[in-house]
Amino acid sequence: MNQALLVAKNLSRRKLRTSLMLVAIFIAFFLYGALECFNRAFHSSENSGAAERLVTVNRINFTMPLPVNYAGRVRQVEGVTSVSYQSWFGGYYQDQRQPLFMFAVDPVSYLEVYSGIQLPAEQRRAWLTNRSAVAVGKTTAAKYGWKVGDRVPIASNIYLRKDGAKAWEFDIAAIFSDPDDTAREGLIMMSHDYFDETVTFGRDQVNMLVFSTVSPKRNDEIAKAVDALFANSEAETSTDTAAAFNRAFVAQLGNIALIITLVVATAFAAILMIVGNTMVMAVRERTREIGVLKTLGFRGSTILSQILAESLLLALLGAVLGLGAATLAVAAAGKFIQGFGSNMNMTAGVFLGGVGWALLLGLVTGAVPAWSGMRLQIATALGRR
Amino acid sequence: MSDPFSFQLRQVSKRFVKGKETITIFDGLDLDIPAGDFVAIMGPSGSGKTTLLNLLGGIDHVTSGEILFDDRRVDTLTENQLSAWRAANVGFIFQFYNLMPVLTAAQNVELPLLLTNLGRKERRTNVATALELVGLSDRAAHYPREMSGGQQQRVAIARAIVSDPQVLLCDEPTGDLDRSTADEVLGILKLLNQEHGKTVVVVTHDPEVTRHTRRTLHLNKGVFEEKTALA
Ligand SMILES: Nc1ncnc2c1ncn2[C@@H]1O[C@H](COP(=O)(O)OP(=O)(O)OP(=O)(O)O)[C@@H](O)[C@H]1O
Ligand SMILES: [Mg+2]
Repeated sequence: MNQALLVAKNLSRRKLRTSLMLVAIFIAFFLYGALECFNRAFHSSENSGAAERLVTVNRINFTMPLPVNYAGRVRQVEGVTSVSYQSWFGGYYQDQRQPLFMFAVDPVSYLEVYSGIQLPAEQRRAWLTNRSAVAVGKTTAAKYGWKVGDRVPIASNIYLRKDGAKAWEFDIAAIFSDPDDTAREGLIMMSHDYFDETVTFGRDQVNMLVFSTVSPKRNDEIAKAVDALFANSEAETSTDTAAAFNRAFVAQLGNIALIITLVVATAFAAILMIVGNTMVMAVRERTREIGVLKTLGFRGSTILSQILAESLLLALLGAVLGLGAATLAVAAAGKFIQGFGSNMNMTAGVFLGGVGWALLLGLVTGAVPAWSGMRLQIATALGRR
Repeated sequence: MSDPFSFQLRQVSKRFVKGKETITIFDGLDLDIPAGDFVAIMGPSGSGKTTLLNLLGGIDHVTSGEILFDDRRVDTLTENQLSAWRAANVGFIFQFYNLMPVLTAAQNVELPLLLTNLGRKERRTNVATALELVGLSDRAAHYPREMSGGQQQRVAIARAIVSDPQVLLCDEPTGDLDRSTADEVLGILKLLNQEHGKTVVVVTHDPEVTRHTRRTLHLNKGVFEEKTALA
């Protein structure tokens, strides 16, 4: 036997009570882990590149198309450096339940605007020269086990092929990474020219224009100039920074960050009181036993550490179980909303942050009983029955 | 050369202050307990028997006066020094056994050894020896709730002696036991005194106890009236 065993035995003496405390802690840390990962996935799209790029969509809303020739007109606006465009393809692989975050893009300008994309020179060349080829982000490639040179069938739940075939056969010409914007690594890009050639409708239309400018400082002015260009046309535009667009895209979810914080804070406050109070009662029940331990020669400081170890063990156990469950839940959710959700992963930061909160929780809930255990007078403790 | 003493109390006073009220339990008490003594302390309820044991065992403090153990002051020790001193020199036995309900008999007995630097093997040997001495070798893996009162008290005795202290302080050790079980327990205490040379102090209400002890002290209103027991 050793003192660790004594701590464990004390913790498990009331199985139901300990289980209930564990469940409470589990729930709080599950919420913390899952919501914090969710939160981070959103904010990861607000990176530096996104702040510098501008996005133009149909003023009505971003699902309405714009004529592809707008790209050429935007290129004429003073201060614009490169313009690209993209259309949401609605692709899926083999089964509707395996949706792809796939866009039809103009490859040359796309790689100019998204200059953070990294791919080997020969793969770049292959993608630019083979119209029926796609470039796949490395997360998606890894998910399906795709390699350069593979040919994969991809169908769309929006567009139909002119020739009546169900799926497009794409050659994988390139697998890219984007270390500064890992969300992009969940995407897959086909050529807009090939798209135009093969679809039954939607030709010469795009969902959005994306362009870079000489300086982010001039973005407001340039955005106004672009929108002015198309004022009173059949498709009026709305131009904003890519970051603002991303935020607008998750606007309904945007306030979730605040709600998340409130939910997690409330859960923590609740378990702090529940566990704290229960620990006080649990230790008070053992007043006499603590008196006996001290009689045997255990020091006050030893009693203090035993009780703190007990509350820390409880908090850590609940937290690790909760964070573990959150890891699984987040991974499952990340698979489901792959692409924008490709950043939905338990990170070491979130996990260790949770462990840190658990240590704090353990210390705080153990503090009062540990302190009174340390100070307990033996004669008083033994007198109580 | 004088006899070696376990305890010497010199002009010990003990008062409890409760609000405006001060209760004086002892006022200038003197007491010598030689090493190897087996002494019963009797007296009416509230006469201060438990308080005296607490003072001897260093779990309560004198208001004034001195307590010496093996000719060294113990009333001046700090809490941590007292903890170490108790662990090394004193074993306690209580009326209600005070075993840890979550630990087996063997684990309960092993508790005091966690404060020593004995290794696991040595600890196990000592625990086995102590349990054997109280006749409970076959109960090592049992929990307190699975044992009778007499058996629990024997486990408590094993726990008190496992680290081989000089002194055993017993507060009504047979108070909760029937006659024959009480006699068994007293037999063990007597053995520990006679065969192992332990100094044993027993607080009791049970006149039968005095048949086993070397002498009996009657505590009344904070003063001793000594009578030597008939052999
Ligand atoms: N912590 C305390 N505060 C105030 N008074 C106390 C305290 N502890 C003991 N007393 C008082 O001291 C007196 C002696 O108590 P003690 O427990 O030593 O008696 P006792 O002889 O052991 O009695 P019993 O035979 O009933 O066990 C009692 O009047 C008791 O009320
Ligand atoms: Mg008493």
